[in-house]
Amino acid sequence: MKPGRFTYHDPTTIDELIGLLGSLDDAKLLAGGQSLMPMLNMRFSQPDHVVDLNGIDELAGITTNGSALKIGAMTRQAALLKSNEIADQIPVMQAALQCVGHFQTRYRGTIGGSLCHLDPSAELPLIALLCDAELQVAGPDGDRSIAMGEWPLAYMMPSISESEILKSININPWPQRHGFAFEEIARRRGDFAIVGVGCQLAIDNGVISKAVIAIGGANQVPYRLTEAEEALVGQPATDDVFAAAGEVARKQDAMSDAYITAAYRQRLANVLTKRTLATAAQRATGE
Amino acid sequence: MVRYTGAEVQRMEDPRLLTGHGRYVDDIHLPGMLHGAFLRSSHAHARIRSIDTSAALALPGVHAVFTQADLAVPDVAQSMNQLYPAPVIHQDITQHPMATDEVCYVGQTVALVAADSRAIAEDALVLIDVDYEPLPAVVDCRTALADDAPMAHIGSENNMAGQLKSAFGDIDGAFAKADHVFTGSFMQHRGGCHSMETRGVLARDEPYGEGLTIWSSTQCPYLVRRALATHLGEPEDRVRIIAPDVGGGFGPKAGFYPEEIVIPVAARQLGRPLKWIEDRREHFTATTGQRDQQWDLEVACDKDGKMLGLRGVVIHENGAYMPYGALLPFTSVTPLPGSYAIPALDVRLDIAFTNTTPTTPVRGAGRPYGIYAVERMVETIARELQIDPAEVRRRNFVRADQMPYETGAKLRDGMPVRYDSGDYHACQEKALELADYAGFKARQDAARTQGRYLGIGVSACIEDTGVGPYEGTTVKIEPSGKIMVRTGAASQGQGHHTMIAQIVSDQLGVQPEDIMFEAADTGKFPQGVGTIGSRVTANVGPSSFDAAGQVRETVLKLAAETLEAAEQDLELEDGEVRVAGAPDLKVTLGELALKLAPMSGGKIPAGFSPSLEATSYLGSSGSPVASGSNVAEVEVDIGTGEVRVLRYSVAHDCGNMINPMMVDGQIIGGVVHGIGNALFERMIYDEQGQPLTTNYGEYLLPLASEMPHIDIVHQETPSPLNPLGVKGAGEGGTIPAAPAIVAAIENALADFGVVIDYYPVDPQYLTELIDAAGAQAAE
Repeated sequence: MKPGRFTYHDPTTIDELIGLLGSLDDAKLLAGGQSLMPMLNMRFSQPDHVVDLNGIDELAGITTNGSALKIGAMTRQAALLKSNEIADQIPVMQAALQCVGHFQTRYRGTIGGSLCHLDPSAELPLIALLCDAELQVAGPDGDRSIAMGEWPLAYMMPSISESEILKSININPWPQRHGFAFEEIARRRGDFAIVGVGCQLAIDNGVISKAVIAIGGANQVPYRLTEAEEALVGQPATDDVFAAAGEVARKQDAMSDAYITAAYRQRLANVLTKRTLATAAQRATGE
Repeated sequence: MVRYTGAEVQRMEDPRLLTGHGRYVDDIHLPGMLHGAFLRSSHAHARIRSIDTSAALALPGVHAVFTQADLAVPDVAQSMNQLYPAPVIHQDITQHPMATDEVCYVGQTVALVAADSRAIAEDALVLIDVDYEPLPAVVDCRTALADDAPMAHIGSENNMAGQLKSAFGDIDGAFAKADHVFTGSFMQHRGGCHSMETRGVLARDEPYGEGLTIWSSTQCPYLVRRALATHLGEPEDRVRIIAPDVGGGFGPKAGFYPEEIVIPVAARQLGRPLKWIEDRREHFTATTGQRDQQWDLEVACDKDGKMLGLRGVVIHENGAYMPYGALLPFTSVTPLPGSYAIPALDVRLDIAFTNTTPTTPVRGAGRPYGIYAVERMVETIARELQIDPAEVRRRNFVRADQMPYETGAKLRDGMPVRYDSGDYHACQEKALELADYAGFKARQDAARTQGRYLGIGVSACIEDTGVGPYEGTTVKIEPSGKIMVRTGAASQGQGHHTMIAQIVSDQLGVQPEDIMFEAADTGKFPQGVGTIGSRVTANVGPSSFDAAGQVRETVLKLAAETLEAAEQDLELEDGEVRVAGAPDLKVTLGELALKLAPMSGGKIPAGFSPSLEATSYLGSSGSPVASGSNVAEVEVDIGTGEVRVLRYSVAHDCGNMINPMMVDGQIIGGVVHGIGNALFERMIYDEQGQPLTTNYGEYLLPLASEMPHIDIVHQETPSPLNPLGVKGAGEGGTIPAAPAIVAAIENALADFGVVIDYYPVDPQYLTELIDAAGAQAAE
């Protein structure tokens, strides 16, 4: 289990990085290394070049400009978990981060690495989708912005070219009081989830005024349960209403593989949608 | 005087192992050493038309590429020897060290590259061109014996590797007079060992004709020596096998592997030391383990649930070759009928070849299958007759007053299966009390009001331990006064050093710290067997006790002469012999040792032999049978099918305990292994025989986060078969875990009438059972 031969590059600025990407053929970017390193060691991936992002300080960190939070792509999962800004403004992200790998791996794993790897069951793409994140991408022609909803093109394929780099993730937290929840089913704590569901609810006088639900792991890419989101608005926050949302989740297309059937994924999407909505409603109303 | 035997002495191994000062095969670096990597079959079954190694050989840094034809062995056409021949084997097919013209499982050795580094060797592997002609593969043991199944081997007429039977009593009569006959049909799956250290072999051909020295991560260095010397046609004394620190074994390191021939032979041909370390992905297909058994049973009982007879058929997945005889099949059926006195038995086991990695024992070997099967039938009786499962067990247990008890079954060597001692009724009561079995109904009802489903499950097991014929020990007092203890038994971290030091220090009146310990080096101890089947304490325990006892006798006799005192007036304590009541009259152990080790011109006292030492091969006169009862309490989420083990209680009887703390460690580790079997571990092959679970994201080992608190209570019924009264303890945690957990899950879902017919029980499967039961109820 030794990697094949590759050339290692260690840029320190984004400009240097963009220049490198323009000049190299067959390069892989090394962020936290939680997926790439095993792939290299098992020789599933044998790139000619590995470009290490860990020396580029400007890619990491959390900043806020009043309402919006800007999270550098190389910000570690552990840093997100420790951040007071995230705790105050996007608590659902921290709920999800508790399920990302293990204590030790979260000190290496990054938010940008997770978004670019785009595993269908990964928690952070689901949260970015839930929070309507805008992604900042840098390339040879300058920066561009792309909505998280348009980021996944297909199974593990983000909308980014080989000459580009994900710089930051920008999120506008909900200004109003709201409840949130994240739950996932994994065979063991820290495993890739079979299905995960996150949601946020705002409730005024017992009536749902705003709802978002995102589901990961059920299909090739994480998705928003828009049909249920729309149906929930104007409804009372009751178990029957949440059960109806769960049924919407159950009816969505799901993938199957050697281990897990589509029907089981649909069952979990249903159960978790109901449960997370109930939890979020409790939190929204302070019960 | 402090007595160490029976005390919770801290493990003497731990400071070294826990601070990174262990010495494993991969820690050994020899001058001029090369690194090997194996090309392994990517096909489950294929004919090899040709192998072209020229491109690999041309790669800079590559020193040699070996195929079977290149190996300098007496007969390159010879396949590996059967380690355990048995008449029940119909087709004794073993593999070649490297494949010749056919590969029969993914992972089978095809070629070896020796290079300056492992990375270069791996670079070269992809340059070897093997022309395979793929052949149909047989994968599922349940269909492998059908007439239309593909053959696992070219030239075979069927896939029946062998067949064995365990039968006694009047089985037809038992079923004829039964009030009830119940059936059970279920598949069992056990995974591999997954020791923290993978396998590894380092070999050097000694330059002045002293033969081969081989460091191997093995449980059985003497077996490796025997097998290798036989294959090479050389004297055993020219083959020295050293098992250095070994990071876990659990059974799969107890055999003899192709790499243990290929690496030494290649090293000799290269004239340089050669090392191969199995990588983690290799381990999934190159190291043997256990997998499927299909059981179809019928039990006859009277109206009170008393069992009268048990009969049925088992199909055993053997994998592609039989490196290990029929040990795994034997240990699957010989423990029947477990803890119960059943007068008649008739169970046949068919051993089916499949195109998968060969199967060999993993912690418990076949016992977990056999015990699970009996426990399933007990649960079936309890469910059908609406009797408390613990009560059904009470009505059927072998009673303490029946000990020693012969079940009627025969061991592999034809000897009767005999339970030497035990009190299964008392053991179960201890477990029930520990688990607050009586209070469970209230806990279950309270949880149900919150929509939570709790269940409780009981199991019982026996474990035949300490198989013979011997495992010797030499105890020698050095002129320094320190005690040198040597044995052949290899340790994989169990704590042999500590256990032996406790016994020897009590005999010789020294501290455990005064004991120096060497093991598992065939160059330092003449003969041994190996560390398998919970046999070390029941064999090395008595031999070290006896050897130290003999030395003690010599010490007292020699001291009596030296001090001119009567032996009965002597006290042996703190490393010296004193005359009672005359504290100044004393001689140290070191001084006595010197008297028996004089240099030129000295003299050995009359009646004594040189060197203050003794060797003993005393073991147990038969197999001490341990026992246990377990209780699992679980919660099932009926929405997601998730199972959480809330509480786990063990009552265990392994006779007298040398070190209760280490016994607890064995039990906890064993239970965790059993929980892995029950809920997580599954080695999956697709229909073409391609393994699908070859990393720890796909193959699920139990993690600390999923483990319950485990409560343990000990019952000590001494074994009459050895002077220490000990029994083995290595597998008693694993064997009863799956039946307890599966019973607990069924209990939690009793409202749905769920009956589980497969383990590991995964959440998806459980939701399918719940839905099917719901659909049936709705009809």
